Amino acid sequence: MKSITKQKPFDEVEMLIEKFNRIYLIGCGTCATMTKTGGINEVRDLKKALQSRGKLITGCIVIPTACDEMTAEMVKENEKAVQDAQCIIVMACALGVQRVNSSWPKPVIPALDTLFIGMEESPGQFFEACDQCGQCILGETAGICPLTACHKGLLNGPCGGTNNGKCEVDPEKDCAFTLIYERLKEQDRLDLLRKYHPPKNYHVMPRPKRTVLLLERGS
Amino acid sequence: MTTRFRQALNSGKFVITSEIGPPKGTNLEKMYQHIDLLKDKVDALNVTDHQSSVMRFPSMGGCLAVLENGGEPVLQMTCRDRNRIALQGDLLLAYSKGIKNVLCLTGDAVPVGDHRAAKGIFDLDSVQLLHLIRRLEGGTDFGGNELLGSVEFCTGATVTPEAIPLEPQLFKFEKKVDAGAEFFQTQAVYDLEKFTGFMQYARQFPVKILAGIVLLSSARMARYMTAHVPGINVPQNLIDELAQAPKGGALQKGIEIAGRMIATLKKESICDGVHIMAINREEAVPDILVAAGLPV
Ligand code: SF4
Ligand code: SF4
Repeated sequence: MKSITKQKPFDEVEMLIEKFNRIYLIGCGTCATMTKTGGINEVRDLKKALQSRGKLITGCIVIPTACDEMTAEMVKENEKAVQDAQCIIVMACALGVQRVNSSWPKPVIPALDTLFIGMEESPGQFFEACDQCGQCILGETAGICPLTACHKGLLNGPCGGTNNGKCEVDPEKDCAFTLIYERLKEQDRLDLLRKYHPPKNYHVMPRPKRTVLLLERGS
Repeated sequence: MTTRFRQALNSGKFVITSEIGPPKGTNLEKMYQHIDLLKDKVDALNVTDHQSSVMRFPSMGGCLAVLENGGEPVLQMTCRDRNRIALQGDLLLAYSKGIKNVLCLTGDAVPVGDHRAAKGIFDLDSVQLLHLIRRLEGGTDFGGNELLGSVEFCTGATVTPEAIPLEPQLFKFEKKVDAGAEFFQTQAVYDLEKFTGFMQYARQFPVKILAGIVLLSSARMARYMTAHVPGINVPQNLIDELAQAPKGGALQKGIEIAGRMIATLKKESICDGVHIMAINREEAVPDILVAAGLPV
């Protein structure tokens, strides 16, 4: 599982930091490194670009995994350079941005756009596999999620736009229901495709979603 | 209660429906002209619901205009722009105003239209919308709460007889039948042999099938639809026929082809009727009926 990101246009980052002259930069050693959007090279490039626009970079760091709780420690360890900055630019997914944001009171600016939580299909190819709907139906859909694999998130079969196994929004993308159909056919479970699915509950866990794990001791 | 359209469907006659595409804006002159032209020549007039995800005057407004003029409207209702609360509200409104035929559609994807950044709702799909209507008819809403005055609709749906792969399409068709669809208006058909094959299968269900007839206005359009529109396949001989039409005569040829197909469907009792779609050329519909040898 990876958080898939893309870099924001430089103009947008510039607009977001218009009022700040001293900046601290944070990258991420996990997902954003792998997608080449916020690893050591990208942090270096952004640093240069900002310096060429007259900004002062008080320091920069690539945190091993920006979204985890160690981030607060890392920010603390680099306190001087961080304190010296007016804002932090984070080149990590939105989880990393929010982690930094909760560890530091001053403005935190994202340099990336978070696209989806992706699964690797083949090297460098990611697809969105789950929308965290709270009521998994993979057991009835041959392990393929129609909520994410179908553009419209349909449950009861293909729309009229399905075209030779491709989706109406993009001929490069497979129609989820052709995939589900073929897989169920192979498994001799086509009766599942005949089953009526009532409308989904979109509030299995109403937003904002939160949970407290009850961890058993000594097991 | 029964609607005029339901009566026509159950009368055993060869049923003719057509459709009105409302304008983008508030100048309704042309829409009223089309309604006036067609209302007495067909059994019902569908009004499209932001077809192809292009924002327009709404289906409900168009249906009210059809009613005002003494026509029989079919409200096309997609799940693209409204959640289950809004869909139910609109059904209550439709019923209270006398709009009593509904065609349940999933709706096109938002990115194919002219507001590509809009949120696609799809809280329900077409099958669930059919279930929702039957639930309202039972006197309660989808949340199980009692209605103060309920509804009754003649409900329909669509099917693509030449979808590839076909089997998942047929499974969905059967779910729509189970959900209470009384009539189906199909995606455009051109290959009558293939369509006859579909009808042999569909005849086992207690529903009325109206074959989709989309007017071909040129060989270019026919090739384009075959290449780009899902489930549409214009056979080469029809494309050749259009291409060989004298200059400026392709539309006339298209009218002739449509008329010929309708006449065959009727004569050989292949299906229960036709749904004529003359997208942006509503004024050609009477000519198609004449070409089919139907009374106008
Ligand atoms: S149904 Fe799809 S979105 Fe829901 S939990 Fe399963 S995989 Fe995730
Ligand atoms: S073509 Fe298939 S994947 Fe695309 S919206 Fe329709 S049903 Fe969903």
